[in-house]
Amino acid sequence: MSLLNFFRAKRPAASAAAARDRLQIVLAHERISRDGDDFLPRLQKELLEVIARYVSVDQNKAVVKLDRGDDVSTLEIEIELPMPSAEESRGTRVAL
Amino acid sequence: MSEVIVVTSGKGGVGKTTTSAAFATGLAMRGHKTVVVDFDVGLRNLDLIMGCERRVVFDIINVIQGEANLKQALIRDKRVENLSILPASQTRDKDALTQDGVEKILNELREMFDYIVCDSPAGIERGAQLALYFADQAIVVTNPEVSSVRDSDRILGVLASRSQRAEQGRTPVKEQLLLTRYDAGRVERGEMLKVEDVQDILAIPLLGIIPESQSVLSASNQGVPVILEEESTAGKAYSDAVGRFLGEDISHRFMVAEKKGLFSRLFRGAA
Repeated sequence: MSLLNFFRAKRPAASAAAARDRLQIVLAHERISRDGDDFLPRLQKELLEVIARYVSVDQNKAVVKLDRGDDVSTLEIEIELPMPSAEESRGTRVAL
Repeated sequence: MSEVIVVTSGKGGVGKTTTSAAFATGLAMRGHKTVVVDFDVGLRNLDLIMGCERRVVFDIINVIQGEANLKQALIRDKRVENLSILPASQTRDKDALTQDGVEKILNELREMFDYIVCDSPAGIERGAQLALYFADQAIVVTNPEVSSVRDSDRILGVLASRSQRAEQGRTPVKEQLLLTRYDAGRVERGEMLKVEDVQDILAIPLLGIIPESQSVLSASNQGVPVILEEESTAGKAYSDAVGRFLGEDISHRFMVAEKKGLFSRLFRGAA
């Protein structure tokens, strides 16, 4: 092996896979911000409106999160529903 | 029905002008009336690549500003029938290019030609946006290299949102990928992005692969569109791409490195 290497010109390391992986990640992020107007606030508002028709919800206790992964992206919506009894402080969480 | 084709990339130096010249020449060689328009106002270069730099009298800005009519500004190619060039201005400011002016010229060109090839400037500013705004088809020129792929992705976003077709809600601009400066040997050694990787990332159909080739430089030195260097790999690859563009079924070549003999291996450095 060393003899073979001796006759071979020194080559740069194989780096194409790194190029591909880095591009996939950076473009996934850039495409989101490019597609522009951030739809999350609107989505949150509309979701709350729908849910508020059926149960009373606290506008401040809704969390909408978008997590861009390499393979899978998740949209996480968490709305805390107040218990019917007023003294109950712990809410029921509905995850969609 | 004539078609407006924009040759675009976002990044500079990837081969837009080389491609515009080769592609327009290829379309004309196949009998289609073709004009190639330089949109790079202030940095005119298509005339040099086409070898007609000494015949430029009027340019696109002269036409827009009414100082010359379109027929006066068009330069007919001396080698290929059916081929004309509309040069950009070298002296004017790029703001002289207006959307109304471009639209008027393109409408006039549509009456005269089957294909209008628009050589876009680099970047995503006004000049590049005007070059792609009226396009029916886009050839996205990309090198197998991270910054070029990223910029191509960006320009695809512009095509999808800010072209006239997008704004009017018509059928989107047809986008195709042309991968240039491809070195199959380096790809095999894992040093360069594979064509499949680039296609995967950009997610548009592949029009062609143009191998890295010495003849591109020598053709540009002489002002000859490289497609006329019929023996060169780049010339053949462009010719294939034009055929595919016109709907011919041609399989991709130059994806595999040529096997070198012992002799050329030993003397690689000297060659």
